[in-house]
Amino acid sequence: MSEPFEPKIVGFLCNWCSYRAADLAGSARIKHAPNVRIIRVMCSGRVDPTFVLKALALGADGVMVAGCHPGECHYLEQNYKAMRRFHMLKHALQAMGVDDQRVRLVWASAAEGQQLADAIDQLVEDVRRLGPLNWPANWQEDAQRLKALEKIAHEHAEAMEVLS
Amino acid sequence: MAERVGVYVCHCGSNIAGMVDVEEVARWAGANLKDVVVARDYKFMCSSLGQAMIEEDIKKEKLTRVVVGACSPHLHEKTFRRACQNAGMNPYLCQMTNLREHVSWVSVDRKLATEKAKALVSASVERVKRQAPLEPMYVKVNPATLVIGGGIAGLQATLELADAGYHVYLVEREPSIGGHMAQFDKTFPTLDCSACILTPKMSEVGQHENVTLLTYAEVEEVSGSVGNFKVKIRKKARSVIYQKCTGCGICSEKCPRKVVDDVFEAGMGTRKAIYTPFPQAVPRVPVIDRASCIWFERQKCGACKKLCPTDAIDFDQQDEVIEVEVGNIIAATGWKMFDCKRIPQYGYGRLANVYTSLEFERLCNAAGPTGGKIVLRDGKTEPKEVAIIHCVGSRDVKYNEHCSAICCMAALKFGHLVLEKTQAKVYSFYIDMRTNQKGYEEFYQRLLEEGMVFVRGKVAEVTDAARKPSEQGKLIVQFEDTLLGKQQRIPVDMVILMGALEPQADAKEFGLKLGISCSMAGWYTERHPKLDPVATMTDGVFVAGACQGAKDIPASVAQGAAAAARVQGMITKGKVMIEPIVASIDEESCSGCRICNTMCPYNAIEFDPEKEVSRVITALCKGCGTCVASCPAGVITGAHFNNDQIFAEIEGILWDAAASPHGNGSAAAKPQPTAASL
Repeated sequence: MSEPFEPKIVGFLCNWCSYRAADLAGSARIKHAPNVRIIRVMCSGRVDPTFVLKALALGADGVMVAGCHPGECHYLEQNYKAMRRFHMLKHALQAMGVDDQRVRLVWASAAEGQQLADAIDQLVEDVRRLGPLNWPANWQEDAQRLKALEKIAHEHAEAMEVLS
Repeated sequence: MAERVGVYVCHCGSNIAGMVDVEEVARWAGANLKDVVVARDYKFMCSSLGQAMIEEDIKKEKLTRVVVGACSPHLHEKTFRRACQNAGMNPYLCQMTNLREHVSWVSVDRKLATEKAKALVSASVERVKRQAPLEPMYVKVNPATLVIGGGIAGLQATLELADAGYHVYLVEREPSIGGHMAQFDKTFPTLDCSACILTPKMSEVGQHENVTLLTYAEVEEVSGSVGNFKVKIRKKARSVIYQKCTGCGICSEKCPRKVVDDVFEAGMGTRKAIYTPFPQAVPRVPVIDRASCIWFERQKCGACKKLCPTDAIDFDQQDEVIEVEVGNIIAATGWKMFDCKRIPQYGYGRLANVYTSLEFERLCNAAGPTGGKIVLRDGKTEPKEVAIIHCVGSRDVKYNEHCSAICCMAALKFGHLVLEKTQAKVYSFYIDMRTNQKGYEEFYQRLLEEGMVFVRGKVAEVTDAARKPSEQGKLIVQFEDTLLGKQQRIPVDMVILMGALEPQADAKEFGLKLGISCSMAGWYTERHPKLDPVATMTDGVFVAGACQGAKDIPASVAQGAAAAARVQGMITKGKVMIEPIVASIDEESCSGCRICNTMCPYNAIEFDPEKEVSRVITALCKGCGTCVASCPAGVITGAHFNNDQIFAEIEGILWDAAASPHGNGSAAAKPQPTAASL
């Protein structure tokens, strides 16, 4: 490869803490990797897991979801809901063959510009190491693999107590 | 009909243009993004000329949507929304792209920064086309206000509002208002008598026609939102009938049960089981401390009841929960003192003559347990040497990282009082002297001249284990003098620990009731640390005094007055605008599963059992969108952040990615996961 791989990462940042942390990183001129492209949502609780899947399906190599620290949510407790969904999402992604290092849930208060910048750099570095996800292009191949898995499940349906 | 989008890219002088090729971004947007009919770059988009340019384009080019690539929306979203509105466009059809804080200021590579800027502009263009016109909502503001906490900050806020002619409910959890300031003898740096400046304010509040004073009461529940809060307040049973009591004090005088007063006297003095915390208490109506009263112990005594001339004692009184309606709330819940026992090497609680700063305040207070005489615990010996230790529990990662702001000045005040009232020598062990307000540095100079000894260094230990005959019977302060670079010991008679100011123990829990958040340490978070220090993220809830961060009396008074000014502004306006970013449910398609009901922390979603559908109570919805993400049928819409808009934004932001339908990506087949596949 002639050019170094520059991962494309989508960040969903809550309006109150993490988006402001990103603003603070800017005002304080804290340099960080330019690979995370930020989408503002009102709360990390707004992040529907399908947003993450959509981003990956459209060619993103990683996704960051960021919100206020637990206990500091602007909406009292919605970041806990984001946390629960995130765990579920990670399971789903693993099942779909996406390395769970590619998606990350980060807490950053409005005062933590440095921490957010560090988290961005870390995620970019990790995703760079994992290489391009190329999920849609691999779709065909994955579908084949999935079919093979299903076949196995069918073959052993009785033993695995899988109802068809 | 296709939308007509205008894209405006700001140079921000060289702030953006220095790292992002703004001309290229504008050119590219105009040439490549669908439905963009105008794309310009300009030196300062937020200037009046920049705004005028947008307004003119909206009219001339018949723009239906506007994207401004400039700074953070938190800075100038209102500016550009107003500009659009001026030109007859709905303000919610304008979208800002953050090219400064999120791109130019954090990047080092011009090419990559320009690529990122393009992606963000593309996202905004895709999103803005799907934005819908929204109308801001207005609600009426109830002119009554709730002030929580009767310390100096709360009192100031109460008086400002009451004097302006508005009704105030002042809730205080102790039997009297006054707060910590009532415990002090003198106030720095002017050395005014604390009671002399505080008690007139207390009685003014007590007698004010516009104030409903609720002492010995606590806020139990807050519901509603800005303009119209409903507050449940528990009035704890005083066991004294408020209307009948004249405050004559016979009951306290005759009560045979004496207990140590841990609150007002900081454990230095006693009170009776029926008591007012101090003689100038407001209200003068005493309370019976049921835990120590003989009547509540074994139904005997009843001296107070027998002797009360107005028959005001009522042993059967119950707690009463009242509900009040207010438009705004000011939280002035104050601070608590660091538990000095947590630093065992300083010996507090083990060595008799180690005092906390609050204990010392009571000790030198003319109305305190010793009548203002500075003596050791034996009640008679005057100390010959006094050590004051700064930063006890402050500026220490093991306890509190913050500086408690008042201790240096309070230590100087203590030094002055000791030097004035006794013959003792005074040592101050400081890390840094912080005397940075009006008149403070001058007071420091004065103490230097008065002969207080300042030692720079943290004390390692206070002990009574003598090594030399001269240390016998003394408290020995072991420290490192960091200016000399030497370990040293000084024998003293009395040690005063300048304990840290800490958030109230229940600050976090109480913050949840009000819907306001705390810092990691537990101080209430203001809306903006510099530009909005009294408002909070919850509209209609303001903070004042030390509950927001350690501060001294002048700062608390200023913040109390500032909070009152903000509330007055709300009241005078009469109505308040609410951002129309709220959720709504398509009742036709709602299955009534009620998953969303449990998602909402504001109880803003009600269930209609007849129609078996859920419904959003718009006035209570704060627009977080968690219910939107939770709806398995996808029938909840979050205005301004609906699925369509966000999906479009994701597509736009990945315009250059492999599978993007917009860009130069490969023609790979791209089946997309749907909600159902989860």
